[in-house]
Amino acid sequence: MTQLSQHNAPIAEALTKYKAMRVVPFDVPGHKRGRGNEELAAFLGEQCLSVDVNSMKPLDNLIHPVSVIREAEQLAAEAFGSKHAFFMVNGTTSAVQAMVMTACKAGEKIILPRNVHRSAINALILSGAIPVYVNPGVQQELGIPLGMALDDVRRTMEENPDAKAILINNPTYYGICSNLQAITDLAHEYGMLVLVDEAHGTHFYFNEELPASAMSVGADMAAVSMHKSGGSLTQSSFLLINNDVSEGYTRQIINLTQTTSGSYLLLSSLDISRKNLALHGKEIFDKVIGMAQYTREEINQIGGYYAYSKELLNGDTIFDFDITKLSVHTREIGLEGIEIYDILRDEYDIQIEFGDIGNLLAYISVGDRHRDIERLVAALGEIKRRYGKESGQMFQHEYINPIVELTPQQAFYSEKRNMPLAESAGHISSEFVMSYPPGIPILAPGERITEEVLGYIEYCREKGCFLSGTEDSQVKRINVVKESER
Amino acid sequence: MNLWYTENHSPNVLFSIRVDEHLYSGKSEFQKIDILQTPEFGRILTLDGLVMVTEKDEFIYHDMITHVAMATNPKIKKVLVIGAGDGGTVRELTKYASLEQIDMVEIDEMVVDVCKEYLPQTASKLDDPRVNLYFEDGLKFVRNKEDEYDLIIVDSTDPFGPGEGLFTKEFYGNCYKALKEDGILVNQHESPFYEEDRLGMQRAHQRIVGFFPVCKVYQVHIPTYPSGHWLFGFASKKYDPVKDLDADAWNALGLQTKYYNTDIHVGSFALPNYVKEQLKDVE
Repeated sequence: MTQLSQHNAPIAEALTKYKAMRVVPFDVPGHKRGRGNEELAAFLGEQCLSVDVNSMKPLDNLIHPVSVIREAEQLAAEAFGSKHAFFMVNGTTSAVQAMVMTACKAGEKIILPRNVHRSAINALILSGAIPVYVNPGVQQELGIPLGMALDDVRRTMEENPDAKAILINNPTYYGICSNLQAITDLAHEYGMLVLVDEAHGTHFYFNEELPASAMSVGADMAAVSMHKSGGSLTQSSFLLINNDVSEGYTRQIINLTQTTSGSYLLLSSLDISRKNLALHGKEIFDKVIGMAQYTREEINQIGGYYAYSKELLNGDTIFDFDITKLSVHTREIGLEGIEIYDILRDEYDIQIEFGDIGNLLAYISVGDRHRDIERLVAALGEIKRRYGKESGQMFQHEYINPIVELTPQQAFYSEKRNMPLAESAGHISSEFVMSYPPGIPILAPGERITEEVLGYIEYCREKGCFLSGTEDSQVKRINVVKESER
Repeated sequence: MNLWYTENHSPNVLFSIRVDEHLYSGKSEFQKIDILQTPEFGRILTLDGLVMVTEKDEFIYHDMITHVAMATNPKIKKVLVIGAGDGGTVRELTKYASLEQIDMVEIDEMVVDVCKEYLPQTASKLDDPRVNLYFEDGLKFVRNKEDEYDLIIVDSTDPFGPGEGLFTKEFYGNCYKALKEDGILVNQHESPFYEEDRLGMQRAHQRIVGFFPVCKVYQVHIPTYPSGHWLFGFASKKYDPVKDLDADAWNALGLQTKYYNTDIHVGSFALPNYVKEQLKDVE
């Protein structure tokens, strides 16, 4: 076998070769290279459907890779500096779940900040692991949850030396990083695994101007959303492992829930994107950093908006900041982020990543053009001119400290009672309530519902946030744990 | 030799002009720039394969994008021109001795350089001392201006490609802000005839209507543009282009024009029913 390098994309190359062989397909998928579904082929393109194929010997098998997928995994591992890389086709959600379930069995503890993505808490429902929350700091002026303070992490580990792992966001949705190196070292002293949610951190691996990546500090596992800053297709992702984490056991855990018909569109997109980042990542992200920096300066010149960056660093809860992130605090112009998010889309045909209470996030990537950036800046200026008002009666606290009464699994599967959300204060929630995006739960299963939480939910609703998580699609009713159960 | 330039006027309609010589071809950071020598239309400037100006019919466009506003408010002193790299709009404006300052913002310096060399017919007045040239994004330039101009002329390409930002709500809003309390905005307003142009035309109108109390559209006939039927927008904070026209005052200036006169000024605001309906649909 010839030596492979980062110039190769083994899965994509195998697909090209397979296509050239003009093999007659008597296997699935039934659209047979698109011939059986003309409308779909016209819509997605014939080339696309011609490589939507099934696992087979020349193309390997995602469940148990031995040839081209394995080679592609090895190249990805090399590019990211990990021991092994798994190709994930069920979103970074599945990568986060695989990390949690690899590290903890039912009844075992995992330390995590409360501002994790719902996928992490979902993993706790599936696995029965017990969450031990570390409260992230809150930046009071901006109202955003931050990273974990090292002292809080140390205290939590002292109090829970039996915990199996710690989960860390690197970075948060807003671009904020904890002290990843110090937390990793500390966890290893306690014999805990370090799991890192890098859903927003793919680019950290390819540019030195950016915060440290999980693998670079010796963390044990990382879930990396290649489809965000990495350029692959939506739903494709990498799970990286390092140190003593077993490749075989991790594969078994992944196979518990991952599809047995892994999409070759997603797999080849991961392969080609990894090659692109390995070869051109530095200049790609230099360009993105430049655009984000320019946009930040222009937005700050409008006045009223605050596009924040590294000046926030405090050596602890904001240990580092991802300067490709364009996070903007909006309250000084008297509008919530979610309100600006809606105005941008409805009136200016500009879609940004998210708006929440107090902040908005515009996602800048290699696909952006300067003239589009000018549109965003101009539109923000116009929104201030046309809609800006005195910042006054706005909700003050973004982060609400949860009161955890039961594990997510116990609460989710307990006997429950459905009641109006508005009257549920004092009960234990059996389900999630979240505002999407960013998809960080306001209320998670097992947490005591308080008036403060209900007030926050109603404020989000009033401001136009998209609420979800409850069985009731309107999020007007909630399932609570039957008290007699306890 | 049988050499023809061909452009799609719609996905199903082609428009061709015989070419004597391909004088220039270059690619800037923003677009492909070509100059053709033709027997029928003289020299032609195309950007990304679309005709922008021809020596034979450019007078129609440049007369009508400038003189209508200038005749409506003879007190105009300070003008901002956005786009207009061929220089024809500025050439017409420099005919007014009363104008004090003409700022022209063109994103693509190469277009100006090429036109200076190959199209002196339009680019000849770009070095008038009242003219300041800025090579930057028009949207960016105008967003930093407030209460500054009597007239803004948006002489843009089509609403896709580099001209895209000049058809947006944020741009028109910024123009409103940059204009004085009696300011006028004139813009290249696409065509009502073919589907794609019509959509651009309606979107532009819809986005301008929200900002200006006076919001009119007027028409011209430009043989080399798709369908030949073309529109300009006239939006203003105060002046009505027909009621406030002082024809005698403009005629007293004694300016030489080949297309514009004060009768056609009034007449160009009379629109066909189908155009009126298209405008009403988005108001």
